[in-house]
Amino acid sequence: MHKHLLSMDQLSAEDITTILDTAGSLRQVTSRPIKKLPTLRGRTVCNLFYEASTRTRISFELAAKRLSADVINFSADSKSSVAKGEGFKDTAWTLEAMGVDAIVVRHGSSGAPHQLSKWVQASVINAGDGSHEHPTQALLDLYSIREHFKDFENLKVAIVGDIISSRVARSNVKGLVTMGARVTLVGPPTLVPPEAAAWGVEVTTDLDAVLPEVDICYLLRVQKERQSEQLFPTDREYAALWGLDAKRLAKMHPESVVMHPGPMNRGVEISAEVSESPRSLILDQVANGLAVRMSLLYLMLGGREVEGSVADAEVPA
Amino acid sequence: MSTYLITGGTVVDPSTDPDGGGRRADVLIENGEVLAIDTSIAKDDVEAIDATGLVVAPGLVDLHTHVREPGREDEETILTASAAAAAGGYTAICTMPNTDPVADSAAIVEKVWALGREAGLVEVLPAGALSKDLAGEKMADIGEMAMSAARVRLFTDDGRGVQDALFARRAMEYLRGFGAVYAEHCEIEALARGGHMHEGARSLALGLRGIPAAAEELMAARDIALARLTGCRLHLLHISTAGTVELVRRAKAEGLPVTAEATPHHFTLTDAALEDYDPMAKVNPPLREESDRAAVVAGLADGTIDAIATDHAPHSREEKDQELSYAPPGLVGLETALALTISELVEPGHLSLTQALERLSTAPARVLGLEDHGRIQPGRPANIVVFDPGAAWTIDATRFNSMSRNTPFEGRTVTGRVAHTFFNGRHTVVDGVVRVGAAV
Repeated sequence: MHKHLLSMDQLSAEDITTILDTAGSLRQVTSRPIKKLPTLRGRTVCNLFYEASTRTRISFELAAKRLSADVINFSADSKSSVAKGEGFKDTAWTLEAMGVDAIVVRHGSSGAPHQLSKWVQASVINAGDGSHEHPTQALLDLYSIREHFKDFENLKVAIVGDIISSRVARSNVKGLVTMGARVTLVGPPTLVPPEAAAWGVEVTTDLDAVLPEVDICYLLRVQKERQSEQLFPTDREYAALWGLDAKRLAKMHPESVVMHPGPMNRGVEISAEVSESPRSLILDQVANGLAVRMSLLYLMLGGREVEGSVADAEVPA
Repeated sequence: MSTYLITGGTVVDPSTDPDGGGRRADVLIENGEVLAIDTSIAKDDVEAIDATGLVVAPGLVDLHTHVREPGREDEETILTASAAAAAGGYTAICTMPNTDPVADSAAIVEKVWALGREAGLVEVLPAGALSKDLAGEKMADIGEMAMSAARVRLFTDDGRGVQDALFARRAMEYLRGFGAVYAEHCEIEALARGGHMHEGARSLALGLRGIPAAAEELMAARDIALARLTGCRLHLLHISTAGTVELVRRAKAEGLPVTAEATPHHFTLTDAALEDYDPMAKVNPPLREESDRAAVVAGLADGTIDAIATDHAPHSREEKDQELSYAPPGLVGLETALALTISELVEPGHLSLTQALERLSTAPARVLGLEDHGRIQPGRPANIVVFDPGAAWTIDATRFNSMSRNTPFEGRTVTGRVAHTFFNGRHTVVDGVVRVGAAV
């Protein structure tokens, strides 16, 4: 497995399959009465979060603990050394000096994990960087999709919303395209640049034309903080043209599903009714996050001691 | 003052022979002036410099240097910038006014000018601000700066573009009366705000907010229209897009008093340098796409772009060792400009060596109205660079004379190395080493 996970660009279809297969095995462990494996005993994982996050940080923390790693949580809040003016590089060196084995980093600045990986010996896992990527979100989405549809061939996926500033969109496009799915990006013209066609996807502004054909409608969060930029007139107009409500859901074929990375703006990109419908995979996405993150830590850190392929390692039965 | 005889070199003077390849000649320097240029000069009691295999050319002139003094003397001073300039073969630099305090009054420009004289390594010509504090609102003391001892000739709010078209118009009208140059940093802030790199397929893929080419082109087009309206001389700083090159080409065809400069990093690199999120490659205007880079090269080749300027912008380690979004834009360029010009423009055959030296020396001297630079002429002060056009070397920022090391070219092997620089007849660089204190 790779030393760092910075971008979905790094992962081949084989890599992704290995990660998802391992997650599948680990998922079973998490349903046992004793949910812990000794694999990463003596290893230290640091969650370095420069941006507020609840679900991703908790998910990583629990994943590391289930594998018996020691976990440090470092949040750049008002009480940390960052508030006292410590720079990113100094923080990195401090963690390095403490002998951390892996750094899970969330940062508002695109590329921060790339920069970090050049400064430290530890493995760096990108837990979301600016508008760039969020690879573990894409992997857990791929896991959820595979669990539901069994494989990716000829699967048609619409990703709807603020593509320009979405790290979830970038990682998911790469992962889905790598796995052979067909992706269409949909949204207001100000948020979905035509240049994105270079990613091997279709680009359109017309959601209603796309819905009847897709197996998955993946909705992105409308970022309220971007509203001041006049990217579209109102939330109401967004909901009218690109929001998924029951009426639109009815245009999709009966086996199709709805996904969302959370947190949701109900009534804008997704209606309450749709989010709670049986066609929604949203809660599976959250549940699968833990197994996928365990899988990554297991493969990236465990693999250093246990040489050879995953099959040779102590894969839980 | 010593007498020097530079022997056996190839003298290339674009001011007198813009199309030639230079001629083998000796150059005699006495009392700070060029005394004679001849095939073979014999004279006793001289300090002889063997320039066999080397090129002897007018000292380079940089239209665009940030010296950081006053205000950020931890990054660069007028003395260290002068040393870096001399090491790079320069004999004159035009310093940008975005210091702290801003060079918007006679007192500040005279101070900068005086510190340049004290350093004594190159001619330090301060540019003055167009607006007080670079705020784009109230006119700076333009007339007083123009009439001061510093004789300011070029005015700019560089670092920022003038956002208000009426302010730009009035400044041009006012400058015209002093025969001065209005120099613009072309950037519409409403379009560029929050951008970290060129806007295009790469910025989209990297998830970095981009600065569109239109942010530059829109202001360039506005200023050209205002130059037409006012008759003021307009100089466009660090132009970087194919569209701006075309705008300048058309303005010149129309006969408007418009000149332009481009930097070595814009003709050498593209936005591909940002793929690894390296803050060293963050600069404003940003590194553009390959088609823009090629247009800048073509613009320099056909003379649309008059001058090569460095936009030498020193930044401390602390400032550059940050997340890309937080790191300030800019890179140092005085000590690499000649070699990059030879490696990227002359060796691939885009420009002859004479044309390249015209863009580095004669043309920028003309923009500033300098008669004592950009030419090697008997009776004029000896401002001369002697360099080896074929010497390969590897860029090592730890060897820079500049106090700052922020270069995206670290480790790059380039061709063309400065051996000697003469400033007003003083031997400021000897065998590639700056002689600080040569002022006496």
